[in-house]
Amino acid sequence: MASKITEQQVEHVAELAKLEFKDEELTKFTTQLGSIIDMFEDLTNVDTDGVEPMTSASDRENVMREDKAVKSSKEETDALLNNAPDTDDGYIKVPAIIDESEDGE
Amino acid sequence: MNFETTIGLEVHVELKTNSKIYSPSPVEYGDQPNRNTNVIDWGYPGVLPTLNKGVVRDGIMAGLALHAQIARHMHFDRKNYFYPDNPKAYQITQSETPIAHDGWIEIEVDGKKKKIGIAEMHIEEDAGKNTHTSKYSYVDLNRQGTPLIEIVSKPDIASPEEAVAYLEALRQRIQFTGISDVKMEEGSMRVDTNISIRPVGSDKFGTKTEMKNINSFNYVRKALEFEQKRHQNVLLSGGHIAQETRRYDEATGETISMRTKEGSDDYRYFPEPDIPDLNVDQKWIDEIESEMPEMPGERRAHYVKDLGLTDYDAMVLTQTKEMSDFFEEAVKDGGDPKRVANYLMNDVNSYLNDKQVDLPDTKLTPVNLAGMVKLIEDGTISSKMAKKVFKGILDGEEPSAYAKEHGLVQLSDPAQLQPIVDDVLANNEQSIEDFKNGKDRAVGYLMGQIMKQTRGKANPQVVTKLLMKSLNAK
Repeated sequence: MASKITEQQVEHVAELAKLEFKDEELTKFTTQLGSIIDMFEDLTNVDTDGVEPMTSASDRENVMREDKAVKSSKEETDALLNNAPDTDDGYIKVPAIIDESEDGE
Repeated sequence: MNFETTIGLEVHVELKTNSKIYSPSPVEYGDQPNRNTNVIDWGYPGVLPTLNKGVVRDGIMAGLALHAQIARHMHFDRKNYFYPDNPKAYQITQSETPIAHDGWIEIEVDGKKKKIGIAEMHIEEDAGKNTHTSKYSYVDLNRQGTPLIEIVSKPDIASPEEAVAYLEALRQRIQFTGISDVKMEEGSMRVDTNISIRPVGSDKFGTKTEMKNINSFNYVRKALEFEQKRHQNVLLSGGHIAQETRRYDEATGETISMRTKEGSDDYRYFPEPDIPDLNVDQKWIDEIESEMPEMPGERRAHYVKDLGLTDYDAMVLTQTKEMSDFFEEAVKDGGDPKRVANYLMNDVNSYLNDKQVDLPDTKLTPVNLAGMVKLIEDGTISSKMAKKVFKGILDGEEPSAYAKEHGLVQLSDPAQLQPIVDDVLANNEQSIEDFKNGKDRAVGYLMGQIMKQTRGKANPQVVTKLLMKSLNAK
C-alpha cells in the first residue's frame, strides 16, 4: 500500500518534537504512522454534511474560576526548583539557548 | 512609479488581573524569580488549567472599547512549540474563535480623521522570561501564564504616521478601560508590524516583511519608514522583496534580516482539550458594557461642554487616564476647572517632565491642588504666592497650613488696608495732583507704594478698588 506519510515528514515531525531517530526506527515509525493514518481514513466514510466540527469532548461548558490570586508558599516553589535539573539563585538554569525566538530578549 | 503602503499591526497588551489566565498564581512584577509560580505554570504532568473569569471579562471589555463584535461561542486552541520559557511546550491561545472581531478605532493625522479596522482580538498566555549568558540561559517563569490580549488590525494603515496614531489611540482607549497599564517601556504593550508596498492602483498586495517587539512608538515610526524606503528601493531597482522577519536596530536606525529556521511556523494548532468550550450570553456582555468607564472622547466632550475648557485643554488632559482622573478628582474637590486644568497642563506637566516621573508617583494630590486653587480664587494667596505654595503641595503639604506657616497670605481685609492707603496718599500729594491731571501712571506708583508698605502681601484687586475710591473722592 502506498504510504500515507513519507520518511521526510516523519523526520520533520520528530524534529518539531525534538526527537532523534536511528535509520531503522525512522523506517519502523513511518510504517506505523502510515497504518495509523490509514485507520483514520475510515472516518472519511462517515457522512458529516451539516455537522459542526466538535471542539471539545467534554459536555461541560463555561468552567471558570474567579480572579483570585493564590501565592505558592516558599516551600512549594523551593520544591519545584529542587526538581529542576539545575538552578541558580532562584532561576532554572538551562544550556544556553542559541536560536532566535519570538521572545525579543 | 508611485507606491502605496499597507501596514498591519499586531499589539499584545498585558492585563492587570490579580491572577494568571490558567492558574491562580499572582500576576505581580519585581518578585524573586519563580516565586509566582505553581505546578500548573511549570506544566507538571496531570495538572489542568482553569480559565480566569476576569480575563474573559477584560477581553470582552477591550472588545467593546474597540467597537468590536463579541464572540458568543468560543474554544481555545493549543499552539505547539518547544522553548524553555514555556515548560508545557505549548501556548493556550485562541486561533479559530477569537473573543472579539471586526472592530475599529478612529485616528486623526494632519487634521484628517480615518477609521482603522480591527480584524480580531485573542486572549492568551504570556511566556516566561529568559536571561542569556554565553554558556547558560536562566529561566524565570513568573511571567508564564500572565494574561494577554492580542489585537490584530486590518491592513488599513497607509503610512508610518497613521501607524503611530493608531497605536496612540489604541493605547488611550485600552488605558481608559483600566484593564492594562499599556506601557511600552514596561512591556505591558508590545508591537509587531507588517508592511508591504505596491504600485498605486495595483489590486494585489506586495510581499510583506514583519518586525517584532519594537519597543517605542518612535522606533515603530522609524522602523516602518526605513522599511517603506527599502521596499521602494528594492522594487525600483528590479529586485523583489523576500517575505521574512526583520529586526530594527536602534543604534543604526536600520532593519536587519533575521535568520529564520525553515518550518519554524509549524505550530500544529488543535482545539485545546483541557479547557471546555465557552459560551457568553448577552446578559454578561450588557453587564460589562454598563461597567465600562467613560472613554477619552466622551470625557473631552464633557470637559468642553460642561466645564468650559477649550478643545485643546480637553485633549491634553485626556492624553492619559491618570491625568484625566486627577483633573476630575480635583474639580470634584471644588477646584475651578480652568485653573486646575492650567496647573496640570503647565506647572504639573513640566514638573513631571523634569523629574521623569508619572503623576501617581508624586506626592501631589487632587485635594491639595484643588485647595491651592481655592486659595487663589478667594484671594487668600496671590498668583505669585501660589508659586511657592505649589512647591509645598508637590511635597505633599496641605496648602492652607503651608501658606500660613510660610506667611504666604494676602491682606484682603479692607478695614486693614484702608489706613495704609490713606497713609500713602497723605505722603504723596504730588501723585494725587498728577492723577487729577489725567496721568494714569500715578496710580501705578501709588499701588507700588502700598505693596511696598505691606511687603507684597496686599491683595491687588482690593487695593485697586480702595485706592480708586479714595482718589476719586479727593
